[in-house]
Amino acid sequence: MRPAILFLCAALCLCTAAAGFAADLDIHGQLVDPVLQARFEAITKQLRCLVCQNESIADSNVQLAGDLRREVREQLLAGRTDAEIFDFMTARYGEFVRFNTPFEGKTLAIWGAPFFLLLLGGVVIYRVTRARSRLPLDDEPAPEPPAIGPR
Amino acid sequence: MWKFLVPMGAFLALALLFALGLNPNRDIRALPSPLIGKAAPVFTLSVVEDPGRSFSNASLKGQVYVLNAFGTWCAPCREEQDTLLEIAKQHVVPIIGLDFNDDRARAQRWLRELGDPYAETAFDPDERAAIDWGVYGAPETYLVDTHGVIIFKYISPMTLDVWQREFLPRIAAARKDGA
Repeated sequence: MRPAILFLCAALCLCTAAAGFAADLDIHGQLVDPVLQARFEAITKQLRCLVCQNESIADSNVQLAGDLRREVREQLLAGRTDAEIFDFMTARYGEFVRFNTPFEGKTLAIWGAPFFLLLLGGVVIYRVTRARSRLPLDDEPAPEPPAIGPR
Repeated sequence: MWKFLVPMGAFLALALLFALGLNPNRDIRALPSPLIGKAAPVFTLSVVEDPGRSFSNASLKGQVYVLNAFGTWCAPCREEQDTLLEIAKQHVVPIIGLDFNDDRARAQRWLRELGDPYAETAFDPDERAAIDWGVYGAPETYLVDTHGVIIFKYISPMTLDVWQREFLPRIAAARKDGA
């Protein structure tokens, strides 16, 4: 008697779990909730597939990408935030999985380098043009050398 | 003086950058694992040989061990199998197999035909444990110390040279540290 009841309970739990999961996805395997689906698409586009390193896991067909998409989907359904999902991925694969480098202390050099180089280039151009503008133009007669000594 | 030093310095900096970046011995696909220095993720999975028997790496606490992630779909894994068998014969540390994304019957045949270097072979069909370990290719080989911390990861087929050069000294150090 007891084992039979236990078995029934287990079967019932399994069925509801399976139904619960199936109810979250439509026939195309998309999340039924359009907000979650939009977040799913945005997140998977920002995660690098580590097998074919220039593709996102949204685009890649390899097994790992598929399994990581499943992971993202499950975590969205579990109510995780985008930041938590990105943290999950970087804890396992490193910062390299993110296509969009977050702006933090350690990434300051990456974000700051272009602006620093732009500023440096500006300073160089400014100094060069200033120096050149003091030179005589080609079609101008050179200024008379100052007379030396009394004539 | 500055007119000479600044361009010279810039040139040397660029030359150094290129020397590091264009080094032909550098594997540009290899990524530093963020899990080095972190606790090894714990998994409980059935073993390849028997779906009814489970194995957890938690049972290895206090021991130095090697975890080798592989799959029968992976050609380079076939390449390293002889090396792994050779290493297993040395009985230095237990080698744990993590067979991911695989078919159980195929994995059983693989172990039967090529030989089984593993103390235990965990079966991870949906790659959940592999994702926790940050596995992104195969084969990948991890070294875990007596505190259950991942201290080294090697991506590519294992060779005896790599084993002697990279693994054995670290194993000896980990044992000394754990004793």
